[in-house]
Amino acid sequence: MTPAISAAELTRRYRGQLALDHVTFDLEPGSITGLLGRNGAGKTTLLRILAGHEFASAGTVTVLGGSPVENETILRQMVFVREDQTYPDLKVGQAVQVASWFYPNWSHDLAGALLEEFNLPVNRKVRKLSRGMRSALGIVIGLAARAEVTLFDEPYAGLDPVSRQLFYDRLLADYAEYPRTMLLSTHLIDEAAGLFERVVVIDRGRIVLNSAADDLRGAATSVSGPAIAVAEFTTGRPVWNRRRIASQESAVVAGTLNETDRARAAALHLRLEPLTLQEVVVQVAGAPAASQQERTSA
Amino acid sequence: MNRITKEGAGLLQEMAGLDEGAPLFVQIAERLADEIADGGLVEGAQVPSTNELAAYYRINPATAAKGISMLTDEGLLEKRRGIGMFVAAGARDRLLADRRKRFAERYVEPLVAEAARLGMDANDLVALIREASHGQGGTTL
Repeated sequence: MTPAISAAELTRRYRGQLALDHVTFDLEPGSITGLLGRNGAGKTTLLRILAGHEFASAGTVTVLGGSPVENETILRQMVFVREDQTYPDLKVGQAVQVASWFYPNWSHDLAGALLEEFNLPVNRKVRKLSRGMRSALGIVIGLAARAEVTLFDEPYAGLDPVSRQLFYDRLLADYAEYPRTMLLSTHLIDEAAGLFERVVVIDRGRIVLNSAADDLRGAATSVSGPAIAVAEFTTGRPVWNRRRIASQESAVVAGTLNETDRARAAALHLRLEPLTLQEVVVQVAGAPAASQQERTSA
Repeated sequence: MNRITKEGAGLLQEMAGLDEGAPLFVQIAERLADEIADGGLVEGAQVPSTNELAAYYRINPATAAKGISMLTDEGLLEKRRGIGMFVAAGARDRLLADRRKRFAERYVEPLVAEAARLGMDANDLVALIREASHGQGGTTL
């Protein structure tokens, strides 16, 4: 299958600062991928380059088989919803209408239903909307466009949990009916974890993890109990992190545990807890640069 | 399986009540298997579609499809072309036989091991179990 999105050795420099450092990855068509990482890691830069809003200093990016830069055919099949998206001086209804002219797969029904569900006042000026409402408008456009490539960059600034849940639900329902390639950057990792088929973690401009979401569950386990027992159990295993209080220790062990490991942990009276996706990302993206190399293979 | 998700766990999973330990598709398969074993989904009954499961559990449809195919591979579900997925004949009996075996491994063996640590032998355990099951017979309080 030709990848929907392909980046090869993508590098972006700002005045000598490396925002993206030889980023290489492919995304299969018809999948939802989470783009995760800390602030300033390079997520927005990457999305902007994919969307053709910005140029790479080096490397190539291919979207739907071609370069997105000034390529109208491709741009019409791609929607990019940014954090704090700005709009011209329009009313909500007009902004939606303008968007509908641009995207060939636009669904008026979906747009209408979403406007209502998010309680967006169509006659209000976009600049008079609250931050959360402006985010909701971006979501309405991003979903109703039904674009083959859908990019969301932290689309829910200021949105309350109820609206975020609505976003997840509507995204999943529409995606199930009209599969497309979605790339969503977010800091609310555990909240959105169920959406993702793949997860790409970026840190300091480099991809530090690119994995099927299923493989990340149980990819690391927190082992806690008496420090002596933890030390015995973790000998010879890759340990990401250790914390200690009095005689108790908690260590994060990388790699999946088998039945024998579990039985041994039980015999040592250790508690085992699988790391959530968010915890895995914190371990991978929060690490000092020196120790990062081994993690990319995890 | 139904343990309370810990603080900070996902809104999506929390609302659907999924546990974050096993891969999501395994959890979906386990939920369906539970329903079959408990008789909620009888043999020959149609199981929810991939999209229905995805919407209900708030997960990626591909993940739901993987859960379904796991049960199909085990012969617990069967596909009827153009209609959907159905509970296969004999699915419940097979699940129950499997679970009885796992019951021994998961509960009885650790129970015996822990009892030994506390200085109790098999007779002490049997006595305790008898006592507990009398309570369950309805004569408590």
